[in-house]
Amino acid sequence: MKKLFAAAVALVALSGAAYADTIKIGVIGPFSGPFALQGKNFKAGIDAWFALNGNKVGSDEIQIVYRDVPQADPARSKALAQELVVREGVQYLAGFYFTPDAMAATALLQQGNVPMVVMNAATSAIITSSPLVVRTSFTTWQTTTPIAKVAKEQGVTKAITLVSDYGPGIDAENAFKAAFEKEGGKVVETIRMPLSTNDFAPLMQRVKDSGAEGLFTFLPSGPPTLAFVKAYNDNGLKTRGVKFYATGDLTQESDLPALGDAALGLQTTYHYAVSHDSPENKTFVAAAEKAIGNPTELSFPAVGAFDGMYVISKMIEATGGKQDAKKAVEAVKGLSWTSPRGPVSIDPDSRHITENIYLREVSKDANGKYYNKEVRTFEKQGDPGLGFVKK
Amino acid sequence: MQTVLSIAVDALAYGMVLFVISIGLSVTMGLMRVVNLAHGAFAMIGGYFASYAVRDLGLGYAAGILIAIVGTVIIAIPVERFLYRRIYGAPQLTQVLMTIGITFCVIGITNFTFGPTLKTVPLPAMLQGSVDLGFRSIATHRIFVIICGFAVAAGLWFLIERTNFGIKLRATIDNAAMTAALGVRTELVYAVSFAVAIALAAFGGVIGAELLPLEPYYALRYMVTFLVVVSVGGAGSIPGALIACLLLGAIDTTGRYLAPEYGEFFFYLAVILIVTLFPRGLVGRMK
Repeated sequence: MKKLFAAAVALVALSGAAYADTIKIGVIGPFSGPFALQGKNFKAGIDAWFALNGNKVGSDEIQIVYRDVPQADPARSKALAQELVVREGVQYLAGFYFTPDAMAATALLQQGNVPMVVMNAATSAIITSSPLVVRTSFTTWQTTTPIAKVAKEQGVTKAITLVSDYGPGIDAENAFKAAFEKEGGKVVETIRMPLSTNDFAPLMQRVKDSGAEGLFTFLPSGPPTLAFVKAYNDNGLKTRGVKFYATGDLTQESDLPALGDAALGLQTTYHYAVSHDSPENKTFVAAAEKAIGNPTELSFPAVGAFDGMYVISKMIEATGGKQDAKKAVEAVKGLSWTSPRGPVSIDPDSRHITENIYLREVSKDANGKYYNKEVRTFEKQGDPGLGFVKK
Repeated sequence: MQTVLSIAVDALAYGMVLFVISIGLSVTMGLMRVVNLAHGAFAMIGGYFASYAVRDLGLGYAAGILIAIVGTVIIAIPVERFLYRRIYGAPQLTQVLMTIGITFCVIGITNFTFGPTLKTVPLPAMLQGSVDLGFRSIATHRIFVIICGFAVAAGLWFLIERTNFGIKLRATIDNAAMTAALGVRTELVYAVSFAVAIALAAFGGVIGAELLPLEPYYALRYMVTFLVVVSVGGAGSIPGALIACLLLGAIDTTGRYLAPEYGEFFFYLAVILIVTLFPRGLVGRMK
């Protein structure tokens, strides 16, 4: 028994020596619980990147260490990030689905000499909390602003906003209001709905009574989106001609089969649709679908993760595999490349991704599959929300 | 006036959905005295059965409901025999721990087999669309739910108060040992009432799926609401559950219309008031 133990220890020590130039990346995300689908998409994006580019940058081998934070839980996220940096010795932190989780971990970056690549969390303020944060996803301000313009152009002068009552929802409300009023429209009412709302009929009555010609909504993807869209149809708002606008969170590809015909024609703006027509995206989708197993589950966090891996690979190249957070972040400032979502670049000042935002319409293809059809492109959108972050 | 009527219709519809799903829990908690936290899990299983039958096998909606009820009861029979039978009469903590454990197992298994995405039960053409009531339109499906709710209430009341089985059930609850001594097979009575409760859960899961969409966390997500309905109505009381659902539905809907930013404040305020004034629920039948 003792011999066996000694052998095991020796083996571990040996293998440790053999992987001396392995670079570890710690990825924090929701891999279990109600948001596991989003974590699964992170993993699919990362695996797709490995499948297409191999797991080596130069002579350094990349290894991913996953840590699970099932629901927004800043304390746990920080503890896990610390464990990753101190015990696992990761050189990069990445992932982060929820804003509070990312915010909590930024406090460790400076001392740990570790850059953070945010692959999803979409609040403008994250980027300002540490100079070592780079983001490859989007912000709610970024995806919301163009839809206000669309609404105004389609003849809506009075709009009402209905958002889920939490950080990103309030961001969306402010963004829509700012953009819509700049275009000369008027937001007649702003309603914040509790996250636990499951019957939206009374709210639809509110919309009717407000006399608005269009409604803008922000809901996190998941069960409420279905009930919301149904309530919009069933309560006769659609037949009355009240127009429906939302960000792409509402028509996430994985929810579309459930939404079905009820969602046909809904207009949303977002940074990525799985159906995006480009050779880069076709290659990406093929690899990511293989990685995730079930193609219907693939959606936007995968592309954030895929591009996050690209950015990290560039950081590793620039630092030659040595741990130097500042140099790594400097190296990717202004970096531009063609992502599966279209041309993107890292803005040198904000370290946030500049990308195209697309206006999409839910359509049905020849096989009866629902998808987000991109109908218009707003090119090179930065993050308009940054100016509104409280310093 | 139009708005008031409109809210009243919404409240009735929402209340009836709550009723259909919660009444089964009222039966297990009030009549069988089992704090069944797995009730939502059984409703969810029913929903998944129906979703699979209607969406993937292309069967009709009515067939889907039938398959959901029968399928869920078939799953529940061994669970009752081997797990629930041990906790009849056990301390409530034991019951809570075991049933919540079952819930987590069901969530895990569902997530593994069907994946985390939303599932729907497609409606037949007859129930799709909406009906114009003159002052507003309401989804046809909601009218169907309202009718189902009243039918379930009437049927259950008849079963418990007017049939031979109902007499045996009530006797078993009041004094199981004495009833058994009189030649009633109390085990059978329990098993049948458990099956009825599960069947109601499954039925509710299917017809409520438009409002409470099916996904693996369904089993936990709505459990608090179901428990609230039972405690406000008085466990085991059918009229109590009906009144509670209509009342809570009205308060919740009105609150959501007038002041959505307050969230569920009014809902829970009402619950606190009612439970303080009527500790056994509005129509508590227990001693």
